[in-house]
Amino acid sequence: MFCEKATELVRELHRAPEGQLPAFNEDGLRQVLEEMKALYEQNQSDVNEAKSGGRSDLIPTIKFRHCSLLRNRRCTVAYLYDRLLRIRALRWEYGSILPNALRFHMSAEEMEWFNNYKKSLATYMRSLGGREGLDITQDMKPPKSLYIEVRCLKDYGEFEVDDGTSVLLKKNSQHFLPRWKCEQLIRQGVLEHILS
Amino acid sequence: MSEAYFRVESGALGSEENFLSLDDILMSHEKLPVRMETAMPRLGAFFLERSGGAETDNAVPQGSKLELPLWLAKGLFDNKRRILSVELPKIYQEGWRTVFSADANVVDLHKIGPHFYGFGSQLLHFDSPENADISQSLLQTFIGRFRRIMDSSQNAYNEDTSALVARLDEMERGLFQTGQKGLNDFQCWEKGQASQITVSTLVQNYKKRKFTDMED
Repeated sequence: MFCEKATELVRELHRAPEGQLPAFNEDGLRQVLEEMKALYEQNQSDVNEAKSGGRSDLIPTIKFRHCSLLRNRRCTVAYLYDRLLRIRALRWEYGSILPNALRFHMSAEEMEWFNNYKKSLATYMRSLGGREGLDITQDMKPPKSLYIEVRCLKDYGEFEVDDGTSVLLKKNSQHFLPRWKCEQLIRQGVLEHILS
Repeated sequence: MSEAYFRVESGALGSEENFLSLDDILMSHEKLPVRMETAMPRLGAFFLERSGGAETDNAVPQGSKLELPLWLAKGLFDNKRRILSVELPKIYQEGWRTVFSADANVVDLHKIGPHFYGFGSQLLHFDSPENADISQSLLQTFIGRFRRIMDSSQNAYNEDTSALVARLDEMERGLFQTGQKGLNDFQCWEKGQASQITVSTLVQNYKKRKFTDMED
């Protein structure tokens, strides 16, 4: 049967636990496109034969291949689209700078898409809230206080606070810091938010 | 579960699948029995046991009974049944429908076809005379099982739920998961943790994976 490789692509993505981005299956995609090319060419040839050679009995076969072409297209588009949804989620959950491990999982075009998305989001955020703009990726949960207690989960180094002083984020050290400076580091797993 | 990843949901329970839904693509990959109403030349390679051989232009003969995936059956079907006609899979026929009406809860819907409801709903496209009974059966089966799914999803907190979901089909599992999320969110709020900024689950999963990569 046709479309086995295309279905495998979809399965691979479906298997990845919610939101995780597996490596871009460049090889798999290439195989699907090759199959589509072969199907198309076979159909072209059979259509000509049906028209000029009077082989109208080829029509069901042509339809069969056509359905397979449509199916391959659907699987490919769904694969690429779902990956974009996962990459978009990375901007919101991870931040604007992705770790290398993740970047290696993306194709060049996906990286470009991510950069364009970042830019659109940044432009939009700048257009809100008067002259300063508004960072809508902050305060994902309604804040209860301006300052929060955090514990450092791993060595991070120097971290500058608004008034110019800097704090050394060493593993297991605890600090009382402004919420808006810490939110991203907490989401990235560097700091831990301690509730009093 | 990632909070910012919004996948395309299944549309299979409605009139049409969602083109971009991974769930629907996998659901429509499942097979159903069909009968070829006309010969299909040059495709004999796929069905070697039935192929007519070189003299028939390597055709799948008219009258062959095959199992084709739903997507293909849908594509080749028309109301005049010129290319193929479709048979109902056993689980949607009268015999099984009686089993469901007797007690819907005992059946292992995961085993008999993990996309029982979705596949069954899309089956209605083939204009079977039993369509009315099939749709009734799907509905009543769901109604019979729903209560247990809701109860168990709302009461299993911090425990291994594999026994509870083992016999649920994919749609029911999704429902169970939604219920669990609601329960967990509520418990989190009750404990006063709702305002705690947490590590992104995405980040956590990547960290776990990196660790296993290093072990290889």
